[in-house]
Amino acid sequence: MAKELKLMKGNEAFAEAAIRAGSDAYFGYPITPQSEVIEYLMAERPYDRTGMVVLQAESEVAAINMVYGAAASGKHCLTSSSSPGISLKQEGISYIAGAELPCVILNVVRGGPGLGTIQPSQADYFQATKGGGHGDYRLIVLAPASVQEMADFVKEGYELAFKYRTPVMILSDGVIGQMMEKVMMFEQMPRISDAEIAEKYPWATIGKPKSRERNIITSLALKSDEMERHNIHLQAKYKTIEEAEVRVERIRCDDAEYAFVAYGSSARICQKAIEIARAKGIKVGLMRPITLFPFPKKEVELMTQKVKGILSVEMSAGQMVEDVKLAVNGRVPVEHFGRFGGNIPTPDEIVKALEEKIIGG
Amino acid sequence: MVFEDIIKTENLVYKKTSFMTDNTLSYCPGCGHGTAHRITMEVLEELGLAENTIGIAPVGCSVLAYDFMNIDMQQAAHGRAPAVATGVKRCWPDKTVFTYQGDGDLAAIGTAETIHACNRGENITIIFINNGIYGMTGGQMAPTTLPGMRSSTSPYGRDVETMGNPLRITELVAQLPGVSFVSRQAVHTPRNVRKAKKAIKTAFELQTQKKGTTFVEIVSNCNSGWKMTPVQSNQWMEENMFPFYPLGDIKVPEK
Repeated sequence: MAKELKLMKGNEAFAEAAIRAGSDAYFGYPITPQSEVIEYLMAERPYDRTGMVVLQAESEVAAINMVYGAAASGKHCLTSSSSPGISLKQEGISYIAGAELPCVILNVVRGGPGLGTIQPSQADYFQATKGGGHGDYRLIVLAPASVQEMADFVKEGYELAFKYRTPVMILSDGVIGQMMEKVMMFEQMPRISDAEIAEKYPWATIGKPKSRERNIITSLALKSDEMERHNIHLQAKYKTIEEAEVRVERIRCDDAEYAFVAYGSSARICQKAIEIARAKGIKVGLMRPITLFPFPKKEVELMTQKVKGILSVEMSAGQMVEDVKLAVNGRVPVEHFGRFGGNIPTPDEIVKALEEKIIGG
Repeated sequence: MVFEDIIKTENLVYKKTSFMTDNTLSYCPGCGHGTAHRITMEVLEELGLAENTIGIAPVGCSVLAYDFMNIDMQQAAHGRAPAVATGVKRCWPDKTVFTYQGDGDLAAIGTAETIHACNRGENITIIFINNGIYGMTGGQMAPTTLPGMRSSTSPYGRDVETMGNPLRITELVAQLPGVSFVSRQAVHTPRNVRKAKKAIKTAFELQTQKKGTTFVEIVSNCNSGWKMTPVQSNQWMEENMFPFYPLGDIKVPEK
């Protein structure tokens, strides 16, 4: 398949990109608002197109453990779900992080807690960026703000996952998953061959030839000194990721006196809010973190030299705002504005919040 | 006889398979795990499959199976081994993939993964060690603990009224069309070891023929958890476990 311009839903773009990125396998379980991912994949017959396996598992728990097995044998694999399903996957994600396996996990976030709502939300920020499951670990978290990024981040996610041998989460939401936009779909990439896996991933469990020691994929270390060493190794890896992999987009920040910090669909809405605010003479810009872990701490800190106040806009009761505050460290006022429980803020509400909480505050 | 005489070919009656490591087994003296490990590895060696096999270790006493089995191994979360094995096998259909699981892992927390992997007829082999107790965590009641049997969480005996009946999951699995071979064996006597090894061999042969899931239960002892000597535990197993979990082939492929 050549590079082509298409009109697609975010979830479909992710699924098509999964095939084109050379995935070996997708394991999933239906849940609104992301069921289009597995529906699209099943309809596309990826096995005939590229040899990619698609399997509907009996649960999210099983699906993430299928990912564990496939990733541990050196394959490019991915799964997707939405909030309650991602909670179920947390056990497996912790094992995958502990065993240092590369994979891509999509969360099309809906409102919670509990069964919550099927409407969009960004209330899984803490879960995604602070670990989520048990133990000291981090995921690389990419936050798409367009259908284009739903596609591109599959490819980028694999690159990061294999570069660091770590799971990558694409933290989307019900808006980005469900909306249709044009997307430039990248051309089909080849799947990696079995011989290449043996050569490029010497850690993979694919059967032990006489020529090497056996490979063991595990997250277990019964001796505490050994487990501490493993944790130190993981932390060093996360530190490297924090130094090397921050991605951020700045919109109209050059002359800005105030700033929004927002990711995903909130960042899209903030762009409209900027237009409204600027028409009123308020010079506001947007800093959009593309990586939520690593969080753009230095970039946010640097921004405080120019702006008088920052409004963190999220579809949550206030999660990312804690990271913004840590980065700002009291230099300028930081406030949160959010709608949640499945509701989406309007641009006017955001401008009003900026005026009341930051400018007038 | 000196050592040099003993190792002469004509005197050699038994040789440890190189697919078992030289690590000291972590199992209690008298436990059946070591034998079950060894015959599994012997079968893989005899069938010429060991170098293309990926084994999945569970959570439980055999969590460290990868310390003893000298093949590529993955360690799975509690109960999830059949899902992990599915992930491997779907991506590597020509490799041999097996899980090695205890009763708590396979028949309690992993029931869904077990039933559904079997129901899909995944081309994997499941080796199920049933000793009616949670050994590693210190002898708690398992889904397979017999009625009236004492454990640390059924100190007055398993009361089926409040704790439920033991689960014969092997019979359940045998009902599923995706499963081609189901056998229940033991490893407490040389005769039983031979029969168990034969069943494991059949299971792996059928896997290479892509006949669907193959499932071998090994009813075993847990002398530590049962608070008995190894000899007493084997006798107790024969008198109590075998009537409830009768040995033999439960499902064989149609000729």
